[in-house]
Parts: sequence; C-alpha cells; structure tokens
Amino acid sequence: MHEIVEKERLNEEMTRIEVKAPLVADKIKPGQFIVIRMHEKGERIPLTFYKKDEDKGTIQMIFQKMGKSTHELDTYEEGDEILDVVGPMGTAAEIEEYGTVVCIGGGVGTPEVFPVAKALRNVGNEVIVISGFRTEDLVVCENELDKDCANELYITTDDGTYGREGFTTDVLEELIDQGTDIDLIHAVGPPIMMKVIAGITEEHDIPTRVSLNSIMLDATGMCGSCRVEIDGEMKLACVDGPEFDAHKVNFEELMERITMFEEQEEEALENWKEEHEGCCG
Amino acid sequence: MSPEEDRIPVPERGPEERTDDFDEVPLGYSPEQAMEESERCLECAKSPCIGGCPVEIDIPNFVKAIAEGEFKEALEIIKDTNIIPAITGRVCPQEEQCEEVCVMGNVGDPINIGKLERFVADYARENNLEEVPEIEKNKDFEVAIVGSGPSGVTCAALFAQNGYDVTMFEALHEPGGVLKYGIPEFRLPNEVIDHELEYLDELHVDIRLNRIVGQNIELEELEEDFDAIYVATGAGSPRFLGLEGEDLKGVYSANEFLTRINLMKAYKFPEYDTPITDMEKVGVIGAGNVAMDAARCAIRMGADSHILYRRTTEWSPARDEEIEHAKQEGVTFDTLCNPKRIIGDKDGWVKGIELFECELEEPDDSGRPSPKVLEDTEHKKDFDTVVIAIGQEPNKVFYENAPGVEVKEWGGIIIDDENRMTTKEGVFAGGDAVSGAATVILAMGDGRKAAQNIMNYLEG
Ligand SMILES: Cc1cc2nc3c(=O)[nH]c(=O)nc-3n(C[C@H](O)[C@H](O)[C@H](O)COP(=O)(O)OP(=O)(O)OC[C@H]3O[C@@H](n4cnc5c(N)ncnc54)[C@H](O)[C@@H]3O)c2cc1C
Ligand SMILES: Cc1cc2nc3c(=O)[nH]c(=O)nc-3n(C[C@H](O)[C@H](O)[C@H](O)COP(=O)(O)OP(=O)(O)OC[C@H]3O[C@@H](n4cnc5c(N)ncnc54)[C@H](O)[C@@H]3O)c2cc1C
Ligand code: SF4
Ligand code: SF4
Ligand code: FES
Repeated sequence: MHEIVEKERLNEEMTRIEVKAPLVADKIKPGQFIVIRMHEKGERIPLTFYKKDEDKGTIQMIFQKMGKSTHELDTYEEGDEILDVVGPMGTAAEIEEYGTVVCIGGGVGTPEVFPVAKALRNVGNEVIVISGFRTEDLVVCENELDKDCANELYITTDDGTYGREGFTTDVLEELIDQGTDIDLIHAVGPPIMMKVIAGITEEHDIPTRVSLNSIMLDATGMCGSCRVEIDGEMKLACVDGPEFDAHKVNFEELMERITMFEEQEEEALENWKEEHEGCCG
Repeated sequence: MSPEEDRIPVPERGPEERTDDFDEVPLGYSPEQAMEESERCLECAKSPCIGGCPVEIDIPNFVKAIAEGEFKEALEIIKDTNIIPAITGRVCPQEEQCEEVCVMGNVGDPINIGKLERFVADYARENNLEEVPEIEKNKDFEVAIVGSGPSGVTCAALFAQNGYDVTMFEALHEPGGVLKYGIPEFRLPNEVIDHELEYLDELHVDIRLNRIVGQNIELEELEEDFDAIYVATGAGSPRFLGLEGEDLKGVYSANEFLTRINLMKAYKFPEYDTPITDMEKVGVIGAGNVAMDAARCAIRMGADSHILYRRTTEWSPARDEEIEHAKQEGVTFDTLCNPKRIIGDKDGWVKGIELFECELEEPDDSGRPSPKVLEDTEHKKDFDTVVIAIGQEPNKVFYENAPGVEVKEWGGIIIDDENRMTTKEGVFAGGDAVSGAATVILAMGDGRKAAQNIMNYLEG
C-alpha cells in the first residue's frame, strides 16, 4: 500500500500527487516511469516520474484526466492508498554534456520533460524549454521550469490566451531559422507533436529523442502490448524504451495502435461517470 | 479377480453450461469414486509410474492410501516431493509421464494418477487436513529466489522446510507465474493456486511482489544480501511471426490475450478496469497448450474461435484432453494452413488472414512430419481478432542486466549440468528460463534439484 501524502489539483484536467514509495524514490531517474494499480479491480497504468524526495521516500507524478482510471485516481485524496506502485520502469534518459539542448513538452508531457531538462542543465548544458498547452488555464510547471532548469523558456498556447499563440513546433522552427545551434532535442507529448518535431529535425539533422506512450499492460516485457516499430524492428516500449531515436520511430503505427481500446475506454468512463454523478463533484 | 480395465470416469460440466463462464471444467472425483479408481492399481513391484514422474512421487503408496480411505496419509506421501499437487494434478501432461508407463495401460486404461492426485489435494483443502509443521530457522544462510512460478515456488518451499531464510522476488503483482497469468481459470482456478501458495506464507517465505530483478532491483544488490540466488524467471517473452499486419489493432500475442483475460480479469470488464476488444471471430495461430487456452477463452468471450495450424491435429503439441475439450466447446480446427499475412481495413483493424495451404512431408527434427507450404494456394479467411500463439522465449530483462550470467543464442540461461550453477558464482537457475517453454512439473523438478545443489554448495 502506498499512501498519497499530498495532492494538488493544478487545473481542470491535471493533478499532482505525491506518493510514498521509498524503494522507487531511491532509484528512479529522469525519463523513467512507474506503474500503478489503484485497487484489486484496477488496471496497471504507467505514469512518468516528475519529482522525488529521497529523504521522505516519496515520488511525485502529474496526471491528466483521460479515461476511467485517471478520473478515479483524481478522486483519491491525501491519506488514501494506492495498492501497487511499481518502478522504476523503462530506461533512464541519457544525461551528458551535449551543448545546447532543446526540451519540448506538449500538455502533460511538460511535467515529464521537467526532470530530464533539470538533469541536463545540472551537468552544464544550455537548456531551452518549449512547453505547449491548449489554453492558458492548462499551463503547468512554468515556475519550476523557469527557476530550476531553463536558460530560455517559451510557453505556447494553441489559442493564444497565454505566451505565444501556436504550437511548440512553431517556436522550434523559429529557433532553427534564427540559426540557433542545437545539439540535441528531447521531446515528450502527443504522438502527433513528436512526429512533426521528428520531421523538422530530420531535415536539419538534429539528433532527437522522444518518449513513446504506447499502450502498456504488464510493462515487464511479457506481453507485447506496447510494441512499436523502431527502424523497421519491433521493440517493446516498456523495457527497450520508452525513449527512442525520433527519426527511427514509425509514428503512424503508434498513433493507430493507441486507439485500440477506444470503444471500451469510452464505455468505462461513461459507466463510471454515471455511478459517480453528483457524489464526488 | 481381474482388475477393471476401464477407468472410473471423471464427472465434467457439459460444453453448453461451461462455455458461458470461466469456472472449472472437470469436477473431480468424489471420495467413493477415487477409492474405486485406486483399487484398480496393481501395486506393481517395480512401479514404473514413479520413474515416469519428474519429481518421483511414490505413486503406488499414495494410491493405496486412497484405496484404504487414508486421504491424509495420501497427501503426506505426495507432498513429500510435490508441494503443489492440486496444480499438477490438473495441468501435468500425465498421459506422457506417469500414466504413459503405468502397467495397467497394457491391459486397459492406465490408472488415472493425475485425477487421483488432484482429488487428494482438493479433499485436503476442503477438509483442512493439512498441517504445516513449525520449522525452526536454524541455518545461517539466506537464499533469494527470483520468479514465483512453479520452479521458484518449489525451490523456495524446500529451503524453508530445511530451515533457511528465503526471500522471493516477483515482477508482477501476484505470485504464481504462468499458473496465474497464463493458464485460464477453467483449467486451474485461482482459488486453488492461492491456496497452494499460502503454504509458502505458512513456511514464512518472504514474498516481495512488484520487484523486477534487473529493472528495479539489481542482481548485485541481491548478491550482497544473500548467500545464494535461484533464478526461475520463466520464458515469458512472446514470439511474433514477423508477418505483415502484425501491428494491426486486434492482433494480440497469446501472452497479452491471456494476461488481459486471466490475470487482469478483462472478461469481467467493466467491473474490472482492464479492457479487451470485442470479438466475433478469432483466429489463433498455433496449436499448443497456449493456443488451446487462447481459443477456449475466445469461446467464452462469445466468439467463433478457430485454431490455425500448419500440420494436422494429431501432430499438435497440445494435450489430448485440451484438444478434446476445445472441440467439445466448439473451437474449429483449420489445419494444414500457414499464414502469409494479416489483412487490415482502412482504419487499421484486422479483418482477416491470408493463408497458404500446406501438406505434410518427411519428419523433421521434432519427429513430426514437416509441413510444406504449397505455392499458389493463397486464400483469405475473415477474422476480427488474431492471437499469435507460436511460443515464448526467456524474458530478457533479467539476463540482459545480469553481468556474468551467460545465455545461449535464444536466451536460455546456461547452467552447469552437474551443480546447476550459472556462469556466475552463487547464482543458480532452472525452469523455463533455462529449458525454454516446457512444463510445470519439469520446472518443479528443476526447482528441487537446484535446492539440493544449492544446499550442498552452501553447506560445503
Ligand atoms: C511510459 C508512459 C508514461 C506516461 N506518463 C504519464 C504521465 O506522467 N501523466 C499522464 O497523465 N499520463 C501518462 N501516460 C499516459 C497514461 O498512462 C494514460 O493516460 C492512462 O493509462 C489512461 O488511463 P485511463 O483509464 O484514464 O484512460 P483510458 O480511457 O484507458 O485511455 C485514455 C487514453 O490513454 C491511453 N492509454 C490507455 N491505457 C493506457 C495504458 N495502459 N498505457 C498507456 N496509455 C494508455 C489511450 O491510448 C487513450 O488515448 C503515460 C503513458 C506511458 C506509456
Ligand atoms: C498459456 C499456457 C498454458 C500452459 N499449460 C500448461 C499445462 O497445461 N501443463 C504444463 O505442464 N505446462 C503448461 N504450460 C507451461 C508451464 O506453465 C511452464 O512450463 C511453467 O510455468 C514454467 O515455470 P517457471 O517457474 O520456470 O516459470 P514461470 O511460470 O514463467 O514463472 C516465472 C516468474 O518469474 C517472474 N519473473 C520474470 N522475470 C523476472 C525478473 N526479472 N524479476 C522477478 N521476477 C521475474 C515472472 O513474472 C513469473 O511470475 C503452459 C504455459 C502457458 C503460457
Ligand atoms: S506430478 Fe504429474 S507426473 Fe508426477 S505423478 Fe503427479 S501427475 Fe503424474
Ligand atoms: S504402474 Fe500403474 S498399476 Fe502399477 S503401481 Fe504404478 S499406478 Fe499402479
Ligand atoms: S507492456 Fe507488456 S511487454 Fe511492454
């Protein structure tokens, strides 16, 4: 059992939780993730690690309400317990001195790039962060990014209500056009964003890595649910990844496969909302 | 009086009734039926049946005890070498092991050893006959077991029974390995597995779930804390065919299909959260036990279920009982066909498989006739779900992160035949992780042998 020691609703869609998991806190590194199972009937869902406190033995995650499981998780309060927390999972992000690194986060991808950007900055890189959201109300992590890791920070919103109007990729293209010397790009966000970035950077020959969010079941390399095509070969995102060379990823396949359970996910969410209507609002 | 030639039949639930749920199919013997079946045993002086059992259960004596109505004694005899008889009695391929060499087989049906073993274990469970002796932890050595499948469990129990401190590390959130995530409940109910595993709790084995050695805890850390390590990580990595269309939505590895349904209980979705896609017509590629399990699960999910196999049914590696059950439940066997590609629709979903016809030729290395693909015989069959059940390989998470532990090309951990040690001092291995996908009882046999060897190693 893993107690939620702190919970903060960041906005309509995103929530930060701090969970007691000393064994995980001890070891987890930027770029890695955990798997949680809330209760006996719960599914195993992957969440990327955002922050940790080794002394307190806690880890923090920021999640976005998508379907049933994340809606239910959002009803858990401080003091409530999560049945299983497994981690660290996946490979850690490579942290070296590259020179200038651009970290790009889309939506809930932003808290996922935060620890990576911070670690990259700590070893002496010049770190530029581009972080995109749909609208002003959904902007998260701005202060942390500004304070802890970004030499330069750009926030974008699709509707122009905050920061620059447009997509993260617009800023990236501008930077490239201005002749910014970029040694590496690290991007986490919706597959379509990562795909567009991969297209841009391939043209300019900039090494780019992305973290893939394929559908996972066990996350121990046992089922093949998370399989992705990398350079024409089948890889398991849970154990071989989640980070891969963006220029080798078959994004079309990924974007198709993550919709495999859409119908069931909708049904589960509707059921859940019906049962909880009025009780938790 | 000559012994009865025919077995006492085992009551079973009928196909109509049982395909609506995931409850167990064979109901098992009543005490009277078990005693009657036991009386057929000849108590042969040489008892070849014992040699047919990989863990050498004293079969004639436990059968005799049943015949005399001494069920508790029967249990003690079995448990002497097999700690999970309720499981092996259900899933052992008895017809190729103990029962194959049974002398009664020469004149009639061999003794139904598996079902008798199951009877004893079930009777003992239902009537609380088991007594776990309190064992003093009097050994100075601490042992770690990696993996809680049948091999790890057997090894752990032997150490605990001999007074060692034992800690078991398991990657998943439940112990049991394939018994839990793979074999469906209608063959092996979870309740039965849980009861057998409680025995480990009673022996004070420390079971640490959600611990993946090589991922969230390193082998080196275990080496610091333990005097010896037994690795029984199984063969859990799914094999794919490398065919066009394998990435389509609706294509599952057998492991994913079975794990969703069994371990995560997707058949009870949305009561349980893990989903599985709706299915009307399922094609299962392969014809082993794993394929039969997948095909029979598909029937229970309400689908029309097909086994697609390149040989004929008689050459299927699955147990006869499984094939028989699958047929009774309405699984269709499409034999002598080999997939060419999986066909998708414009939305990325499976809509069928294109297959070649095959014919059988001279036997190959496995002794079975080799299937030959016939050119220009391509034909299509409609399916909305495809399950690939062509075998599993050892899971690489352990061995890729275990410096010093060497593996064969296909991932099987290399051990010394004599002392069962890997290429790393103090680290031993067995079960499917060494042999590749095999059977529950062979994995258990390995666990026994390893325990013996490790004790010798530790005690010097
Ligand atoms: C490595 C990894 C790290 C992730 N980190 C975060 C994170 O830090 N914060 C966050 O908000 N989300 C993260 N996600 C996504 C998160 O796991 C899913 O949003 C969550 O599982 C959805 O569950 P649900 O029941 O609420 O929604 P569902 O109704 O199940 O699904 C909604 C959406 O989530 C995706 N999804 C569903 N199940 C899974 C699954 N088991 N694995 C992956 N994706 C799934 C589906 O493609 C679908 O688009 C991560 C995913 C991966 C693979
Ligand atoms: C669907 C199916 C049906 C089968 N039917 C039969 C049958 O009817 N009869 C029969 O005799 N055999 C059957 N088998 C085969 C039999 O189940 C296996 O041979 C047997 O389970 C092997 O036992 P094991 O202990 O070596 O490994 P497993 O049972 O595979 O257990 C290995 C355990 O190790 C864990 N693990 C893996 N890596 C790590 C790690 N790095 N750290 C920690 N833990 C780890 C896994 O999660 C797993 O729990 C079947 C197999 C399948 C898949
Ligand atoms: S364990 Fe298997 S092989 Fe041994 S006696 Fe029992 S059923 Fe037969
Ligand atoms: S071989 Fe058959 S008949 Fe003979 S002792 Fe064994 S079980 Fe009994
Ligand atoms: S999630 Fe099962 S293999 Fe990756």
